[in-house]
Amino acid sequence: MTDDVDQKRRHFLTVATAVTGGVGIAFAVVPFIASLKPSARAQALGAPVEVPVGTLEPGEMIRVMWRGRVVFVLRRNEEMLSRLPQLSDLLADPESAKEDQQPGFAVNEHRSIKPEFLVVEGACTHLGCAPIAQFEVGPADDWFGGFFCPCHGSRFDLAGRVYKGVPAPDNMRVPPYRFIREDVIMIGGESGAA
Amino acid sequence: MARIESEIGVPKGGFMKWVDDRFPWTETMKYHITEYYASKNFNWWYIFGVLAMVVLVIQLLTGIFLTMNYKPSAEEAFASVEYIMRDVEWGWLIRYMHSTGASFFFIVVYLHMFRAMLYGSYKKPRELIWVIGMLIFFALFAEAFAGYLLPWGQMSYWGAQVIISLFGAIPAVGETLVEYIRGDYSISDITLNRFFALHVILIPIALIALVFVHIVALHHVGSNNPDGVEIKDHKGPDGVPLDGVAFHPYHTTKDLVGIVVFLMLFCAVVFFAPDMGGYFLEHANFEAANMMATPEHIAPVWYFTPFYAILRAVPDKLSGAFLMAMSVFLPVLLPWLDRSRVKSIRYRGWIYKFALSTFVVSFMTLGWLGLQPAEGLYVMLARIFSILYFAFFLLMPYYTAIDKTRPVPERVTYHG
Repeated sequence: MTDDVDQKRRHFLTVATAVTGGVGIAFAVVPFIASLKPSARAQALGAPVEVPVGTLEPGEMIRVMWRGRVVFVLRRNEEMLSRLPQLSDLLADPESAKEDQQPGFAVNEHRSIKPEFLVVEGACTHLGCAPIAQFEVGPADDWFGGFFCPCHGSRFDLAGRVYKGVPAPDNMRVPPYRFIREDVIMIGGESGAA
Repeated sequence: MARIESEIGVPKGGFMKWVDDRFPWTETMKYHITEYYASKNFNWWYIFGVLAMVVLVIQLLTGIFLTMNYKPSAEEAFASVEYIMRDVEWGWLIRYMHSTGASFFFIVVYLHMFRAMLYGSYKKPRELIWVIGMLIFFALFAEAFAGYLLPWGQMSYWGAQVIISLFGAIPAVGETLVEYIRGDYSISDITLNRFFALHVILIPIALIALVFVHIVALHHVGSNNPDGVEIKDHKGPDGVPLDGVAFHPYHTTKDLVGIVVFLMLFCAVVFFAPDMGGYFLEHANFEAANMMATPEHIAPVWYFTPFYAILRAVPDKLSGAFLMAMSVFLPVLLPWLDRSRVKSIRYRGWIYKFALSTFVVSFMTLGWLGLQPAEGLYVMLARIFSILYFAFFLLMPYYTAIDKTRPVPERVTYHG
């Protein structure tokens, strides 16, 4: 009775039981992990928002909420737009070459569908603080107007493009948006230059 | 009489015998308390382990009473804290004990860890005590971080924003991970609710379990002492270490004095400076969370600032986050980085004394820098002291090996 234990068989059964049990536990963990994802309600609240921009004066900016994030909508004036091409040497990614930071329609110098309207998420790409809008040039020689993050000193130009040598790695993110009418932007949902 | 007692089932040896036959009560008490022998030559550095336990109890008790009035929802959290402060009888005291307790927890634990570095308490055979202790430290970080979101003030919100974003720096999975942590596309009611669950259930249970294991490991190998000699090497005929005295009543009585002094300091802060000039409770947090506006100047609470300064010293998100994680993790490796033959600083050479002093200065300077704005000279200094901080750990295998040590006595020594 004691001597004829089939150790190989016993070992196999032990391992087989452990593996089966392990697989079972792995499956049982799935619902718990999945429950951590944004819930149906959170997703619904992340629905697109409509922003009328016709009343914006050139040089004026409004903040709107989308998915609990702040989105800056800035109507740039002629002078602001004329400054954009001069900054290329100071910027980390002047051509918006990095994907994921903007939809395809915003891969251009002004990073927007219509040159005058800038739509960017108001979150620093470093650690998510809200950058402060400082559109006036100066007082320091190297400030050409843009967004300044008070947390860790990251700087962005008036197209949300990040300067070189600051902690933020990327340009400010352009959310998906489109013009549903001449003067109304819809942020979120399908994007495109329509 | 005796015959009748046995007949009606009263056992010989009384109630305790009855219990001990069913549960090792007396045995456990002896092993951990009345017959646990710790060195006679403990100095005041050895008070902080007990004090950490005291603070843990304060935090658990005050925490339970806070949950009775706190509401973990973005709508109500800030107001419910105000309600505790103004309308709940003695609510202000319970909350200030809890908020002050958080800072004192870190003061005590940092000093407790420094004691281990002074006397080589992490060295063989106590490596696991140290590693478990580091896990407690990590759990404490998580606990403090989750707890700081709960009042839903400006600094709660933006501090959490910054720290949670750090996980986004992890390549490939970062953004998804951040979404799983927040449970939303931004820090919201959902995030607050789950941080509450972590703060009051998961992490406290983990903390208590880890403290238990920490003490089991300690009592298995025995406490170190300021001389770093093993008192178990010299035992009397009764098997009791010659240089040891029982934890109870000898060490407990002495600890009681330390606890009283500690509580005096603790109460002084609770009653006279609960916000400690903005260090224990940051002024920006007296304003409700506003996701439209970042406070001018974001700084974590003081106990996170040394690591935060390292994060900000690096002008690149991923490497900054990596170096910060390393700065928190590296101490885990101390038992294996330290190649010295002796444990205690009393018998180490000038190199280790110099290195440890540099480390302390770096740590405190980084802590101060983490509270300053990230600009100009501050960033430069943060870089210099970050390098010194890492050098302490990374160069340790070299300088501890070449450091001249003095002979260690056979038995413990007494000073004064």
